[in-house]
Parts: sequence; C-alpha cells; structure tokens
Amino acid sequence: MKANDLIDGQKAVITNVSSGKFQTKLIEMGCFVGSEITRLYQSPLGDPIAFDIGGYILGLRKEEADYIQVEASNGN
Amino acid sequence: METNTQKNIALIGNPNCGKSTLFNLLTGLNQKISNLPGTTIDKKKGVFYIEDTKISVTDLPGTYSIYPNGEDERIAINHILDQINNSVDLIVYVADASNLQRNLLLFTQLADLQKPIIIALNMMDVAHEKGLTINIPLLSQELGVLIAPINSRNKEGIDHLKSFILKTEASFQTTYFNQINKDKSLTNFSNTVSDRVVKSLENNQEAIDTISKETEERYQIIRNTITKTVRKSLINITNKTKQIDKFLLHPFYGFVAFFATLFVIFQFIFKFAEYPMNWIEQFFSWFAGLVHSWIPEGYINSLITEGIIPGISGVVVFLPQIIFLFLFLSILEESGYMTRVSFINDRLMRKFGLNGKSIVPLIGGMACAIPSIMATRNIENKKDRIITILVTPLMGCSARLPVYTLLVSLLIKNDNNFIDIRGLILLSLYLVGFIAVLLFSTIFKYLLRQKEKSFFILEMPDYRIPSLRNVGLTIKDKTYDFVFNAGKIILIVSIVLWFLASFGPKDNFAKIEQKYQTYELSDKETLIKSEKLEASYAGIMGKSIEPIIKPLGYDWKIGIALITSFAAREIFVGTIATIYSIKDAEDEKTISQTLSEQTRVGSDTKVYNIATIVSLLLFYAFAMQCMSTLAITYRETKSIKWPVIQFFYMTGFAYLMSFVAYQLLS
Repeated sequence: MKANDLIDGQKAVITNVSSGKFQTKLIEMGCFVGSEITRLYQSPLGDPIAFDIGGYILGLRKEEADYIQVEASNGN
Repeated sequence: METNTQKNIALIGNPNCGKSTLFNLLTGLNQKISNLPGTTIDKKKGVFYIEDTKISVTDLPGTYSIYPNGEDERIAINHILDQINNSVDLIVYVADASNLQRNLLLFTQLADLQKPIIIALNMMDVAHEKGLTINIPLLSQELGVLIAPINSRNKEGIDHLKSFILKTEASFQTTYFNQINKDKSLTNFSNTVSDRVVKSLENNQEAIDTISKETEERYQIIRNTITKTVRKSLINITNKTKQIDKFLLHPFYGFVAFFATLFVIFQFIFKFAEYPMNWIEQFFSWFAGLVHSWIPEGYINSLITEGIIPGISGVVVFLPQIIFLFLFLSILEESGYMTRVSFINDRLMRKFGLNGKSIVPLIGGMACAIPSIMATRNIENKKDRIITILVTPLMGCSARLPVYTLLVSLLIKNDNNFIDIRGLILLSLYLVGFIAVLLFSTIFKYLLRQKEKSFFILEMPDYRIPSLRNVGLTIKDKTYDFVFNAGKIILIVSIVLWFLASFGPKDNFAKIEQKYQTYELSDKETLIKSEKLEASYAGIMGKSIEPIIKPLGYDWKIGIALITSFAAREIFVGTIATIYSIKDAEDEKTISQTLSEQTRVGSDTKVYNIATIVSLLLFYAFAMQCMSTLAITYRETKSIKWPVIQFFYMTGFAYLMSFVAYQLLS
C-alpha cells in the first residue's frame, strides 16, 4: 500500500520509494526503506498530509506521498 | 593557521536545528549580514573571543543535504563547499538532538570532506522531554568527533563548546564514503560531489539513482549508530506539538486561529502603524520648514527642502510597517507556526500558482506592498516567490485610499442612503484587486517556465517559544536592509521626480514670476504654483502623453498627476489640488467641489463625469504607480527583469481596463 492509504495514527514501515523527481529529496528527509512512518493528520483542506518520520513531523503533498510504498505494522 | 590568535569557524546544520540562535548567542551584535551574489540567501559573519583568540564565525545557510534540490540550494551549497575548502579552519556542525537520525545525514557528508569538524549537539532539553537518552561518549567514539551537548536557548554547555572550538586542531576519522563505495576509483568524496550535483540538476536519472543509493546507505550506517547510542524511554510521552497541531490544524478551529492571526497582523500594519507614520511625516515636514528658513532661497534650498528631505521621509515612513510586519513574521517563523500556515493554505494557493506562505504577503499587501514583498523571502520555491512578488502590488494598499476617497466622493455626491454606497464602491475596488491577483498569478503560473521541481516536502518543527534576541535581530536586519538597499533607489527616484516637477525648459518659470509681479491677488501664490507645474518638465510630459491617455477620458492635467503620483499613489490628490489652483487643498470637500465644476476645453461637458471617474478608479486599482514597490522588487529579485515585467503587466492591464470602462460608459 501507499503512504496515502494509511489512516490517521496508523504506523507502517517504508518498503520502497519509487524513483522519480521526488525520490532523492524524500530519502534525504528520512523516508528510506526500513524507516518507520506514521500518518498523523491532514491539512484542514485535505491535502497535504503530516507524517511522523522517525520522530519528527514531515508535511507531504498527496502526489509526493504517492512515491512511498509502505507495509502497515500489525495493529495500530 | 598563521597565528594562535585567530580562528575561522563555520556553523553548518539542517534548517530548524537552532543554528541561528547559537550564532546570535555567540556573536551578539557583532555580526554582519549580506547576500550571496545574485540571491537573497543570507550570509552572516560575526566575531567573538575565547580568551585571547579571535574567532571569526560564518553562519552558513541551513540545508538537509550536500546535494541540492534547486537553483537557490545549489548556490547555497556551492558557497558552503567553497567556504569549507578555502577559508574555514573548523566546522561546527549543529545537530538537533531530538531528531538525531535525520540531522546526522549532512554530518556524514561533511565528515567525508576531511576537514576538522566537531558537533554542537543542540536542543538537549527537547530530546530529554521526548524521552531520549543519548550516550554522548559512545556517540562521540562511534562518529569519531568531539561532541558538545548544548542548549542554545538557555546558554547551557556553551563554555564547553568554546573549549572544544579552541582545542580542536584536526579531529576526523572519516570512512563513511569509503564504507559505502567499494569502488576504489571513487575515493575522493569532494571531487565526486560536484560531478554528481551537476548531473542531478540536469535531471540525469543515473546520477539521481546514485545519490539516492548513497543517501540510503548513509542512513543505514546512521541507524546502526543510533541503535547503539540512543535509548528511547518506554513510557509514552504526550507530544505537546502534536496536541497543539490537533487544534491549530483542526478543520474549524484551525481556520479561526489562522484568520485571527492574519487579522492581528493586518490591524498592526494598517491601523497602528499609521500613528508613527504620521509622526515621521510631521517631523520631516517640520524639519524641512526649519531648514527652509536657514538657507537662502534658491535651487539649493529647494533641492534640500523639497527634494532630499521629503525623499528621506518617503523612505523612513515605511519603517513602522516593516518593523511591525517582521515582528509578527519572525514570531511566526520562530514559533513553528509559519510552516503550518503553508500546510493549511497549500492546496488552495497551489491552484493559482501561489504558495501556502503567499497568503501572508498578500494580506500585508492590503496595507503596503513594500514590507510584504520583503516578507516573501521565506517562500522557498523560487517560482512561487516570484509570482507572489509580481502580484502582491495588485492588492488594494493604503496609499490608494486617498485617491479612491476623492474620486468616489465625486461619483456619489450625497451619500444619505440607508446603505453606504461609497463604502460599497471602496469594498468592490479592493475585491477587484484581489480578483486581479488570482487572475495574474494563474497566468504567470503557465507563463513562467519551471526548471525546478515544485514540491512541498516540508519539515514541521516542534512549537517553541520565540527567542526575543532572534526576533530583535531579524527586525534590525530587515530595517537596515530596506534603508540601505531599496531606500537608496527610492531616494534617487524621488529626487528625479522632484526635479521634473520643479524645473522647466528655458526661462518658463521666470516669465511666470514676471507676469504675476504686477498683480496684487490674494491667491497669487497658488496661481504661480499651478502655472509653474504646468510649465515644468513634468507638466510637459503630462501634456505630451495626452494623446495616449485621451481614450481613457483623461486630459493633460490628469496626465501630470499620473506622472507625479508615480512616486506614490497618494500624491495624485496633492498634484490635482495644485494644478487646479485649489487654495485650501487640505480640505477634501473643496477639491471635490472644484473638480466637479471642471469642464472640457471648448465645451461644457464635465471632465469628471462617471466614465472618467470609473476609468481613473480602475487605473489606480491596477497600475504600478509606486516606484518604491519597483525598487523593492528589484532588491528582492536581484534582477531588473522582474520590476520591468511588473510595471508593464500592471500598467498595461490598467490601461486596458480603464479604456474599456471609459468607452462603455461614455
């Protein structure tokens, strides 16, 4: 599944970051394979979305979060 | 190093790591700010002493990685690399202890450059609050550098850091790059960096893949280090930031809080700034009067009291608004709320080619475009920033108000209606300006070609209480920057405009003086002033543009006012009063009365009929009638291209709209 598909508060582990224009930037910001990601909350207008990436908050547009494939952890 | 008494250090780190706070703490007021060539990226230098050793410190631009993601970042990183290679004895790497993993990425890249480096591990208090325990001796051993734990907010650990700065000669043990690259041909990191940077900016997929892979591998090493050295408390600690976000990003309360913030800022720069602005103007006009009585009558007197002093006044008068706006902006930045402003507005503003942060300059533009355009600097994306700068002056600013008020009073003579029609017209003029903002930002979105990738990958830092020292220094920097950069241009242009309005070709002026010598009229002075303006260069220019402005319904008298009010829109009112020899020009009713009686030459049609007034209103709503804005646009874009585009698109559009309005209504 993609990072977009997580629900608020759901934890996951990043399994892949698709190659493309955002790839390097996303990895630099800590979205690398094996890193923990939690969806926190969305903007009042629905986009962008805030994620917890290894302990800090990162805001991503949906089109950017689409580059991140995740595997949801068991439970929440 | 030549002597033991001087050392050059550089502060480097991620954005939001508290680097500037540390810099301000170390150097106090002993700092100088300038820009990297061709950009508005700040370059700060300062000096402080540790015992007898003079330490020169450079605050380098904050960055997440040594590989840039755009043109401005490339310039910043080139500057960093250049400094490191040529003029830095020691790198002080500032890292946020509460977010160590991501903060160490840039560290491993810099360590590979093989320069002496130490770590100032900042925000130890926040890390502690988050339940993180860092084994500093072990971390120091793992990374192969000295680490000074500090809290730049309350000066903790600073002495410790200073002793490290003094004693570190060469402390690096860099193997990251060699650990990653089994390929023996890639042994020198600094040579490899520049090559990859160039290729990745050309969107070379192979280079991008290499950088991505290298970055991931660096993170794997960092993760191992962190697992060994950082312990996270098992007790679940409530995160203050996330709780505040629940409120400030709430679909309803989030907007309430946001609009309340905007309202407070607007009140200050629109309403409260008015008092000090009036004092400044009164002071300078009193001062000009004083100087006028000191110096003998003549050109020098006129140059000083009517050219230079009002010119300086025209620069200083902006300071209250600049100070207020940057007081709030730096509080918003420092507190962490600014990134939430982006987060809330991104979706809406993106549609119009703007940025979530564009909304603050746009609202500020309702008071004045000058501080607002200065405020666009925290928009990271260059294209978004340029579009915001270009459209901000379309917002109805306070200098338009006197022009609007005069013209609307001509349009609606007696406003005794139940509904305040004058008020409604004013409101619709503001609205029309805002619609033009959305229209032109959309147009520019498609017109401006974008080489850089647009993204919103934004760290939202923890909320914190703003540091007074940082806020104060920001205000000081902005005021200084405005006065000594844009201020110079404003002063020069206002002196030129003064010259055009006070001098005429040949002996025009002398003839006028002569003509009135024999008269004994009560309003002699007013009549001379009016005739002189007509005979001046500005008057001649006003007359010569008459054929161009005739289709808009304007005569040469209005033409002169258009030219003089290029200095600032509100000058329109004063010029009109002079040109029609209105004696009691302080009273708006008198001006309004005189204007409504004016008829066209050779007929009894009124000059100020509905068609002309509407045409003028629209002209002042859209036209770039403000040289100060052009000066600040030049200053903030570092290119003559953008103020030129701004002038022509705005004035061109104004011409078109006024033409259509006049032709339809007359």
